[in-house]
Amino acid sequence: MRGKLTRRRFLATTAASTALIAMPYVRGSHAAGRLSIGFWDHWVPSANNTSKALVEEWVAKEKVEVLVDYIPTQGQKLLLTIAAEAQAKSGHDILALSTWLPSDHANQLEPVDDIVEPLIKQNGALNATVEYLGKSQGRWIAVPATIGSQIKGPCSRIDLMKQHAGIDVQAMYPAGAPPKAENWTLEAFLKAAEACQKAGFPFGIGLGTTPDSVDTAGAIFHSFGAMLVDAKGNVTVKSDPVRQALEYYTKLAKFFPPDAPAWDDASNNKWLISGRGALIMNPPSAWAVAKRDAPQVAEQCWTHGMASGPKGRFAPCVPYFWGIWSFGKNKDAAKSLLVHLSQPAAIEKLVAASGGYDLPPFANLTTLKTWAEEGPPKGTLYHYPNPYNHQVLSIAGAPAPPKIAVQIYIQGVMTKMTVRHLQGEPMEKTLAWAENEVEGFLRT
Amino acid sequence: MADAVIGQVTDRATARPRRFGLRSAMRRKSMTAFLMTSPLILLIALLVVYPALYSVNLATLNRSMEHFVGFGNFLFLFNRETFWMVVRQSCIFALTAVLFKAIFGFVVAHFVHNIPAKGQRKWRGMLLVPWVIPPAMSCLAWLWLFDPSYSAFNWVFEKFGIGPIPWTGDAMWARFSVILVNVWIGAPFFMIMYLAALKSVPEQLYEAAAVDGANFLQRTWYVTLPMMRNIIAITALFSLIVTFANFDIVRILTAGGPIDLTHVFATWAFRVGIEVGDIPLGASVSLFMVPILTVAAIFILRDINRRGNEA
Repeated sequence: MRGKLTRRRFLATTAASTALIAMPYVRGSHAAGRLSIGFWDHWVPSANNTSKALVEEWVAKEKVEVLVDYIPTQGQKLLLTIAAEAQAKSGHDILALSTWLPSDHANQLEPVDDIVEPLIKQNGALNATVEYLGKSQGRWIAVPATIGSQIKGPCSRIDLMKQHAGIDVQAMYPAGAPPKAENWTLEAFLKAAEACQKAGFPFGIGLGTTPDSVDTAGAIFHSFGAMLVDAKGNVTVKSDPVRQALEYYTKLAKFFPPDAPAWDDASNNKWLISGRGALIMNPPSAWAVAKRDAPQVAEQCWTHGMASGPKGRFAPCVPYFWGIWSFGKNKDAAKSLLVHLSQPAAIEKLVAASGGYDLPPFANLTTLKTWAEEGPPKGTLYHYPNPYNHQVLSIAGAPAPPKIAVQIYIQGVMTKMTVRHLQGEPMEKTLAWAENEVEGFLRT
Repeated sequence: MADAVIGQVTDRATARPRRFGLRSAMRRKSMTAFLMTSPLILLIALLVVYPALYSVNLATLNRSMEHFVGFGNFLFLFNRETFWMVVRQSCIFALTAVLFKAIFGFVVAHFVHNIPAKGQRKWRGMLLVPWVIPPAMSCLAWLWLFDPSYSAFNWVFEKFGIGPIPWTGDAMWARFSVILVNVWIGAPFFMIMYLAALKSVPEQLYEAAAVDGANFLQRTWYVTLPMMRNIIAITALFSLIVTFANFDIVRILTAGGPIDLTHVFATWAFRVGIEVGDIPLGASVSLFMVPILTVAAIFILRDINRRGNEA
């Protein structure tokens, strides 16, 4: 009788097995409590294994029972998880937070000055954009993460840029040496865009409201010193820098593909991989996919710095963070794990596992060997992490207070302004529309 | 027999009202029915009533959800140009889509009705396919057909020297695209409802009309339509509610673009509430559908009741 498999026992066994299989990783030595983590599910498959191995390393030392969930951003799953946990005041102890989420949930996140400040001393300074997004009321509310952080600079086709625009991107950004990009200005960028468009290889830059489109518009606006709302929260839409930036970007947008207003974050990748464009603004994910699907395109790609405008050279930077919920059950263990994941050795492993896509936020860690060695062509990623600090890393919407800037960013106000003006709306009418929109964002 | 038992218990209960109250209540048919349906009622309360009340509560809070602002969020929305654009677009989207679904459903139902019974089941099954495929999946297929740079439609049209058509890049075409997909998905529901209604129209009425010399249009106008009026009204109401609250088609095909010109209530509420992080304002946008749909429901149901009484 004991050996008989009853229906009830079968169901119980099945349920238990399913639960075990569903948990991606459980390690139990229990001595120091439990910790649950929600990491961003990396698009590079092996990258998750590396973060898992690093957590295991820490577990072996600290004797904490850990549960790791890898949550994808597709379908806004990570965003929905964070919103639900914030509402329920329950969930993971540590969660991966994309760009604007630390400030969105500032009052529910555990301050982490005690671990970030020592990490800065150890690994070097953090750029102003990371500080702008990761701090609230002078305190660090999230730990800048390597996994997911990226710069969306230009990724150019070496052959097409040379042939149609007369620009040698490898000479301008040589592997292993400082950039020689004095002539790489927005005027040169405009001329190159026109030449490539006439040759049938337009720059693949979108004008939609998804991050890739918005990030590029933001960098261009910053290059002119244009901001829609200043750091104090004053609306500055009707200003000369905004007019200049809008005029320039509208001129440039005429050389984009005609369907650019409908583009999403996949469109520019497809544009490059299919061989239809001479340049996109993207981290090296498009190049990495091209390595697999279109090697002849990949070996002609070169990731480099942004062109400079009247107010400087600005590149879009999109940092990720790790936050600890203030209602979390094991905050000390969470902090200890995040310190472990932010050690130079751990960061080097994470960068290597992502094929160079993930960027450490710390200044001393921008010259790791992965970027020097990745290819083809060898050195294509050398300038991706901004190793010579020759461009300002910025985010669209800044320097407005983050609660306002996030709305400018998510609503894609700058790309919408460009599309409106591009479609023939007079400049002042576009500015009036934008001013009205932005005034609505001041609501508290 | 059961009634007699209840009667006896009631008599005793009248004599000693408190002692057997619970037992008598338990023996009532209505109580039994209530108890049997209570799990479902509880489920609905948990999954529908609680979230609805919670969203009303959220809509009365400020952005940081710390203070009660009453109707403040609604008043804020009333002053926003984009919000009124979303209201207008939602109405255009829902009314146009429901109208075309009704027309296509009506026409196709007639075709299917006139197919000999032997082959009809096959056609009915095939025509229901768009409705039974999960919309998220079929929308992805449509997205590839409408893709901005690699549209399969444009590839075909190019062979005939037409296009390229900016399916999702131009406001007019983008609206057309989302309405087309909604009609494609929803028309089979109208078709099957209308087909059921057509089958219930007594054949004698058509015979009498034929004797009176009525042509096809007259038969449709004076016999078919009056007999189908209630089904048409109910189907239209049901579809109007579902179409007004549609999220997946717009979200997948255009995400509300270009320049917000295809946003509907649900996609705008998601943008504002979840993506921007202003949950109270997002809740207010989604709640704005309630009065519009309530008014529509009252008018349509009142009409149905009136006709029911006339009958």
